[in-house]
Amino acid sequence: MDFDLSEEQSLIKDSVTRLLRAEYGFEAREKHRAEEPGFSKKIWQSFAELGLFAIPFDEADGGLGAGPVETMIVMEAFGRALVVEPYLASVVMTGAALRHAASAEQRAAIVPGLVEGTSRLAFAFAERATRYDLSRIAMEAKRDGGGFRLSGEKTLVLHGDTATGFVVAARTAGAPGDTAGLGLFHVPAEAQGLSRRGFETQDGMRAAELSFADVIVPQDAVLGDPEGGWPAIARIEAEAIAALCAEAVGSMERMVELTVAYIKERKQFGVPIAAFQVLQHRASEMYMALEQARSMAIFAAMSAGESDEAARRAAISAAKVQIGRSGRFIGQNAVQLHGGVGVTMEYEIAHHFKRQAMIDLAFGDADHHLKLVADAGGMDERD
Amino acid sequence: MDLKFTPEEAAFRAEVRAFIAENVPKDARETLRAGRHVSKDQLVRWTRILNDKGWSVPHWPVEYGGTGWDPIRQYIFLDEMQRAPAPQMLPFGHSMVGPVIYTFGSDEQKARFLPRIANLDDWWCQGFSEPGAGSDLAGLSTRAVREGDHYVVNGQKTWTTLGQYADWIFCLVRTDPQAPKKQMGISFLLIDMKTPGITVRPIRTIEGGHEVNEVFFTDVKVPAENLVGEENRGWDYAKFLLGNERTGIAGVGATKERIRRLKEIAKAEPAGTGVVWDDQRFREKVAAVEIELKALEMTQLRVVSAEARRGHGKPDPASSILKIKGTELQQAATELLMEAIGPFALPYEAEEIEGRNEPPVGPDYAAPIAPNYFNMRKVSIYGGSNEIQKNIIAKAILGL
Repeated sequence: MDFDLSEEQSLIKDSVTRLLRAEYGFEAREKHRAEEPGFSKKIWQSFAELGLFAIPFDEADGGLGAGPVETMIVMEAFGRALVVEPYLASVVMTGAALRHAASAEQRAAIVPGLVEGTSRLAFAFAERATRYDLSRIAMEAKRDGGGFRLSGEKTLVLHGDTATGFVVAARTAGAPGDTAGLGLFHVPAEAQGLSRRGFETQDGMRAAELSFADVIVPQDAVLGDPEGGWPAIARIEAEAIAALCAEAVGSMERMVELTVAYIKERKQFGVPIAAFQVLQHRASEMYMALEQARSMAIFAAMSAGESDEAARRAAISAAKVQIGRSGRFIGQNAVQLHGGVGVTMEYEIAHHFKRQAMIDLAFGDADHHLKLVADAGGMDERD
Repeated sequence: MDLKFTPEEAAFRAEVRAFIAENVPKDARETLRAGRHVSKDQLVRWTRILNDKGWSVPHWPVEYGGTGWDPIRQYIFLDEMQRAPAPQMLPFGHSMVGPVIYTFGSDEQKARFLPRIANLDDWWCQGFSEPGAGSDLAGLSTRAVREGDHYVVNGQKTWTTLGQYADWIFCLVRTDPQAPKKQMGISFLLIDMKTPGITVRPIRTIEGGHEVNEVFFTDVKVPAENLVGEENRGWDYAKFLLGNERTGIAGVGATKERIRRLKEIAKAEPAGTGVVWDDQRFREKVAAVEIELKALEMTQLRVVSAEARRGHGKPDPASSILKIKGTELQQAATELLMEAIGPFALPYEAEEIEGRNEPPVGPDYAAPIAPNYFNMRKVSIYGGSNEIQKNIIAKAILGL
C-alpha cells in the first residue's frame, strides 16, 4: 500500500494544476461558462493537448491505459477550479460505456475523436421516473431489422445540448426495475428523429432533454449485448460516482482554504474573526470532514475497478454517503462563515456550495446510498 | 499510488493472524469478546508470549527490542490484535514511557527499564493529570525539590489508570516554579511506586469499576538518576509522548470488533415479531458508523504512510483527526450496543461477582453493555480532550 503519486501521476497533477492556475481562476471560469456551448472550446482543446482525454482508454485504443487514480487526480483538480467543461460526461461516463460495452471495431471508430476532443459524447440514462435507480429505465428500443428503433424521452442529460453524440441506455426487454433487458446505443446528435432542448443547471453547467421519435440505431451502433447492458451500466455509474467524489473533494478543499483565509482577514469587534474559538472549532470540523471525504474518494477510486459487484457497490455507496455528508457540512459552514458575501453570485464560495449540492443529488444522495449499504448488511470486511 | 496491500503485506497479515489465533490465551479472548476487561494476569501472560516471539514492542527501534516493521506492517499488526480480539499492550510502558526513555533517557535508564517494559516485568502508570491540571496540563503543581543526590516530591496526581497494579509511575513535576513560562519549569521523573510516602486511592468511575486512582506524594525521595533527560525540559518530552499517544488512539480495529458483536446481538434480540436488526432505521445507524469507520481507517493509513515517508518520531497534527473521529466512533458503537440490548441494559452486575452462581437477568451478553457505554464517555476526554484536539487542528494545520 502506497499513497504517494507515481512519477506519471505527479506529472498529470502538475500539468493540470498549472493549466488551471493560469487559465481557470474564478473570474476566468465565469467567462468560460458564458461562452456559446456553455464552456470554453479553447480550454477543451488545452485539455486534449495535455492528454487528459486519453487517460482511461487502453493503449490499443489510442489511450494512456491509466485508471481510476489518474481520473481522481484530474477530477480533484477540476473540482477545485469548478471546471464546467464536459469531462465527466464525455470522458468518464461515455468513456466507461465504450470501454465496458463496445467492440474493438466500435472503439476504433469512436475513441480517437474523444481523445482528440473533436467529438464529445453525453450519456443519456435518466428519465422522469428513474430517480436514483438506473434499472428503472423504461424507454424502449425495439428491434428493427438488424438494429433498433428508439422512442421516448431522456432527461437531465449532462452537456447533452452541445454533445456531438450520445450513448443512450434503453430497454429492449423486461419491465422497469429489471436489470435484464437493458442495452446501450450509440446515437449521433444529428440522427433522424432526435430532438433536444438544452437548459442551464443550478451549478453553472448545461444539460438537455432529448426526445427520440423512431430514431434508427444500426446494428454496428449497438454497444455490446442489447439485453445484457446492465453490468456495463453499473460500471459507468460506479466510475461516475468515483469521479464525482474526487471532484467534490477538490471543491471541498477549496472551500476550506477560502474559508480559513477569509476568517483570518475579516475583522469584527476589532479582531480577525478567526480569533473566536467557536469559529476555530468549526473550521477544524470542516477540515476533518474534508479529510474523511478525501479518504473515501481514494477508497472509491481503489474500488471502482473491483470486479466483485457486491463489494464494489458497497464501497462506492459508502464513499457517496461520506462525500454527501462532508460536502453538505463544509458547504453550509463555508457559506455561514463567509457571512453575507457567501450568499452572493460574485463570490466563488457560493458556486462551490451549489456544485456540492448537485453532486450529492447525482446518482443518489447520502440517504439513498446509506440505505443501500444498510440493506447489504453493512460494510462487511472482505480482506 | 497503489492502494492495495502488496502480496507481501497480505502474507504478513496472514502470518500475524495465524500467530494470534494460535497463541492468544483463550480465556483472555473470551473476556474481550464478552466486552469485559482483561485481568492483570491475562495481560501479563499475553505480553510475555508476544515478547518471546519478539513482537511485544514492534514500533521500538530494533536495538531496544523492536521488529523493524514499517508503519504499514505495524498498522496491520495492531489491526489484527484489535480484531482478534487480543489484549492490547499496556500503553504506559509500551507506547508512552518506553519511547521517552529510548529517545531522551540515559544509557543506564535504557538498560534498566526497556527490557522490563517489553516483558511487562514492570507495570507502569502515568502521573500527568492533577486535580488542578487537566487540559491545561502545564498548570501542574506537584513539586520536586533537588536535595543532594535525590529529589523530594510532594503533591497529587489523579486519573492514574491501573495505578493499583503499578510498579513504577512516570511523573511530570515542577522543578522551577520561577520559570518565566509555566512549561519551562517542568521535569520528567521515574518513580518507584514502593517508595515510602506514596499512597494510592481508588476512584470509582461512572460504570462502577475501579480503573483509575489518585496518587498522593508526601516527601517522596526519588534518586536523581531517575530524572529523564534534562531538568526543566520535561514539557518537551511530554509533548513527544502525547503526540505518540494520539496515533494509536483511533481504535479502528476495536470498533470493528464491537460492530461485529453489535450485529450479532441485534440479530438475536427480539423486537416485535422479529429482531432488532429487522429495523431499517437501526441498520442505517449502524451502516453510518461503519462508513465513517472505513473513512477513518483510510485516513489512518494515510497518516501512517505519510509517517513512513517522513521518518519516525515527529507526530503529525493530522493524528488529532484520528483521536477525535476514533473516539466518537468508539462511543457511537457502545451507544448502539446499548440501543440493541434495549431494556436488558438495566440490571447492574458488579464485575467482582464474575463467578456468580445466580443466572443472569436477560441474555448473558447484556451485563457489560451499559457499563461500557458509561465508561467510554472517557475517551473523548482523555489523551487531550476532543476540544483540545480541535484547537490543535486549528493552530497547527489551519494556522488560525
